[in-house]
Amino acid sequence: MQALDRKLFRDLWRIKGQALAISMVIAVGVLMLIAYLSNFNSLQSTRDAYYERQRFGHVFATLKRAPLSLGNRISAIPGVAQAETRVVFDVALDVEGLAEPATGRLVSIPERQREIVNDVVLVRGRYIEPGRSDEAIISLGFADANRLEPGDTVGAILNGRRRDLEVVGVGLSPEYVYTIRPGEMIPDNARFGVFWMGRRALGAAFDMEGGFNDVSLLLRPGTQVEGVIQELDELLRPYGGWGAIPRDLQLSHWSVQNELNGIRVAGVIIPIVFLGVAAFLLHVVLHRIVAVQREQIATLKALGYQRLSIALHYTYWALAISLTGTLIGTVCGALLGRGMLSMYNDFFRFPVLEYRLDPVVVAGAVVLGIVAAVFGARTSVRRAVRLQPAEAMRPEPPAKYSASLVERLGLRRLLSQPARIILRNIERQPVRSAITIGGIALSLAVLIVGMFAVDSLDLMMDMQFRVSQRQDLQLTFTEPISPDGIYSLQRLPGVMMAEPVLSVPVRLRSGQRSRQLSIMGLPHLPQLFRVIDVETLSPADLSHDGVVLAERLAHVLDVGPGDSITAEVLIGSRPVREIAITSTVRQHMGLAAYMNIDAVRRLLHHDKTLSGGYLTVDSQALPELFRAIKETPAIAGSGLKAAALKSFQETFAANLGIMIFFNVLFASIIAFGVVYNAARVSLAERSRELASLRVMGFTRQEISAILLGELGILALLALPLGLLLGYALTSLLTKAMETELYALPFSVVPSTYAVCALTILGATVVSGLIVRRKLDRLDLLEVLKAKE
Amino acid sequence: MMASIPDPAQQASAADGIRSNDIVFEAKNVTKRYDMGEVTVDALRGVNLSLRASEFIVLLGPSGSGKSTLLNILGGLDVPTSGTVTYRGRDLSGADDATRTAYRRNNVGFVFQFYNLIPSLTARENVALVTEIVRDPMPPQEALRIVGLGDRMNHFPAQLSGGEQQRVAIARAISKRPEVLLCDEPTGALDISTGVVVLEAIERINRELGTATAVITHNAAVASIADRVVQLSDGLIVADRSNPVKTAARDLTW
Repeated sequence: MQALDRKLFRDLWRIKGQALAISMVIAVGVLMLIAYLSNFNSLQSTRDAYYERQRFGHVFATLKRAPLSLGNRISAIPGVAQAETRVVFDVALDVEGLAEPATGRLVSIPERQREIVNDVVLVRGRYIEPGRSDEAIISLGFADANRLEPGDTVGAILNGRRRDLEVVGVGLSPEYVYTIRPGEMIPDNARFGVFWMGRRALGAAFDMEGGFNDVSLLLRPGTQVEGVIQELDELLRPYGGWGAIPRDLQLSHWSVQNELNGIRVAGVIIPIVFLGVAAFLLHVVLHRIVAVQREQIATLKALGYQRLSIALHYTYWALAISLTGTLIGTVCGALLGRGMLSMYNDFFRFPVLEYRLDPVVVAGAVVLGIVAAVFGARTSVRRAVRLQPAEAMRPEPPAKYSASLVERLGLRRLLSQPARIILRNIERQPVRSAITIGGIALSLAVLIVGMFAVDSLDLMMDMQFRVSQRQDLQLTFTEPISPDGIYSLQRLPGVMMAEPVLSVPVRLRSGQRSRQLSIMGLPHLPQLFRVIDVETLSPADLSHDGVVLAERLAHVLDVGPGDSITAEVLIGSRPVREIAITSTVRQHMGLAAYMNIDAVRRLLHHDKTLSGGYLTVDSQALPELFRAIKETPAIAGSGLKAAALKSFQETFAANLGIMIFFNVLFASIIAFGVVYNAARVSLAERSRELASLRVMGFTRQEISAILLGELGILALLALPLGLLLGYALTSLLTKAMETELYALPFSVVPSTYAVCALTILGATVVSGLIVRRKLDRLDLLEVLKAKE
Repeated sequence: MMASIPDPAQQASAADGIRSNDIVFEAKNVTKRYDMGEVTVDALRGVNLSLRASEFIVLLGPSGSGKSTLLNILGGLDVPTSGTVTYRGRDLSGADDATRTAYRRNNVGFVFQFYNLIPSLTARENVALVTEIVRDPMPPQEALRIVGLGDRMNHFPAQLSGGEQQRVAIARAISKRPEVLLCDEPTGALDISTGVVVLEAIERINRELGTATAVITHNAAVASIADRVVQLSDGLIVADRSNPVKTAARDLTW
């Protein structure tokens, strides 16, 4: 090893506390980068391979009923590699051990196994046998949540008749990686499951022998999806087609894609914040090192060391610290990434979710670490290189001080001598003071960004389940029935109030832009399912004939209040109408459109205009009500709000707890790194001064107060800045992560700000106390004897 | 106390003897002005000086007389404001940093008042700092043996006395087999007895290796060990005299 390298290692060892503190900040940044991006890679590559292997469709369409012969014409559309016509129905399920009815999505599969579009992967059990009409393969999430195994039976109401379905297998499909009941925001594995059953069995049960009501297409590579959709829509229109959608809008795929985009954004932004802080810290520490070693640098130059050797020597300092952090971060990031991936198993169902750490991601982390190091070392290295050896041999002149601003304002008499020392120091080194303030502020901001998700979700839940939706239970009919049906809902046991809803699938079109969704017809003053603007908290006006659009939908369609929009109804006689947009309403999630239920009825021209109802229920009567629902064939499904909330909390609460733990840990690492380094550098620079004060008779407390008082003032100055920065960073992140389906509401409650600020102050105090211990051990004679 | 100097060095000494009248340094009308913000300091105000091969000169003068500035310019650490400095006919006064760095690396050995050892490196490693970057160095152990520190090689600066640290600095300076050895107050921070040991080392290197040597001191007693004594005052050379009868360093008292 070269002598200069030995010097590097020994010098680094001497400042190991500081070096490690910075390494840890870098480690956290790298850890986030590795964890997020490796998850991105793992999910993406797993998903793509899964899609490929199971032939996940490119185009999906639902229709009323078409003859099987249409399948040949669909297959003949140019670019179609395979067309799978299916029978798909949602039915009410009676699961043993579950009081409320669950919803089953019955999806037909061939009696004899062959390669189909959206092929099912068998996890347990076996494929269905031909001729056994009651056999079903059920989705893994539903099986696990309800402890169902091959051999168990589940009661289902198929077209008005109760049947016992025998579970023969448990499976997964690329179509239901994210298994969620349409119209809901949270997956509820216990109450929604997919049942794959024989084509003949479902055909017989739903009068679909010789017909189909669902089709998925697999396209040849390079095929234009839009053209295929157009032709498919033409073919399906006479048969009640709801309009085909591309894979991009398929609910499961779309949800996975959104999550992927989210973690990629987080995986880039958050590490950059951490590495930025680390670069600042490196700057401060190296600045100090170069100042202390100016004579050593001069000596090296006198001995004939070239500029490049000196520059490299000090760059290596930064690199050694940074790469140590990168190494720790990569190892921990891979571990955490693995854990994070298993967390995704709760949300996304893949047959095998394999963790994959792409070397490119690691290389990216190393490059970022090097960039942070070089950036942090830049000015100090330049100073070292430019140092004139003859000049550096002379001791550094005493630092220039002047009266501080507070003193110049005429407050001098109010300040004690130590207070003056503190203020003059802060002012004398405005850049370093600013960096310390900035670093502490950033740590606070990072903490707020981490904690914001909790408040945001709270607000979202509150808006969704308390302010907007005040029903206890939501019922959906298998098919729309006569409006009088609302009275039969009111007569169900325990029902206190029932409110009608008419949900009509439409394609909304404005110019080139269009979206398929359901317009929700509601009473003009809904009491249970209310359309509330999340900003103004006022209900939308549903008294007119016009439509109220969720603001996000208006944005997607590029329309606003006063404009009109074309609505193509996708059921019945398929009328096409121009509808005026009454207003837009801000909502946290969903692309929704609302109308007065009577206006929707006028749109439809037929009398079956009740698709479901929202109910408030006497909780004592719930078991009785559920029994009644299970015996009512017309009811396809029910959603119990309390159950949805419980399922949400079970799924998210644990993960959220882990997330908060790591956020606090990571933010504290930044705060600690910043404060500890600031304190150590001050201590090193001023040990002589502080020792002199001790010799003069100042107590340990008094000199601690000078050093730590300075840090305390900087930390206090940093808090408001950190709150602002956290606010800005949070709104930036919510913007970056906003999708078509939802935008995390920007909400941070005051108590969160307070908790974050206290956490950072705590980290500051701890690092201050560690330095304080060093200060207590200050060897007066040694310090004063040494020349500096 | 000190090990004998090995053969290769004696050959170098013999070679130097042939051109003992060669001029190593020549400074002509050298001035140096420092701008210190509001005040300017004229550290040198027109100095003419030459140094011959194998010659041992002492630069004498009170602090602020310009000795260190002159030495730094001769050693390529600094450049004059005006005037010329040549080293073996090559102009140093207008040389860029890279040229001066190469010059220092290959030709000059420096010894400073405060030793300027790297505290995180042992005695041997401090010497290795130089031997690693020059052509044809002597092994660090050998340089340390010459200054009588063969048994203290693995000590860190903090474990050595002032005199020992200064001898490490001298070992470091001579390990590259320099043509000139420039010493700035080498005994300034030392007491008499340790100072004498250090001077003995320098004297011996000059005598046995034939290294042209310039020693700065404000201590007039030290002057008697030199071939020539140059006296500076207020940025000018006020006296330049030969010293025909050299005193041995061990006989010095002050």
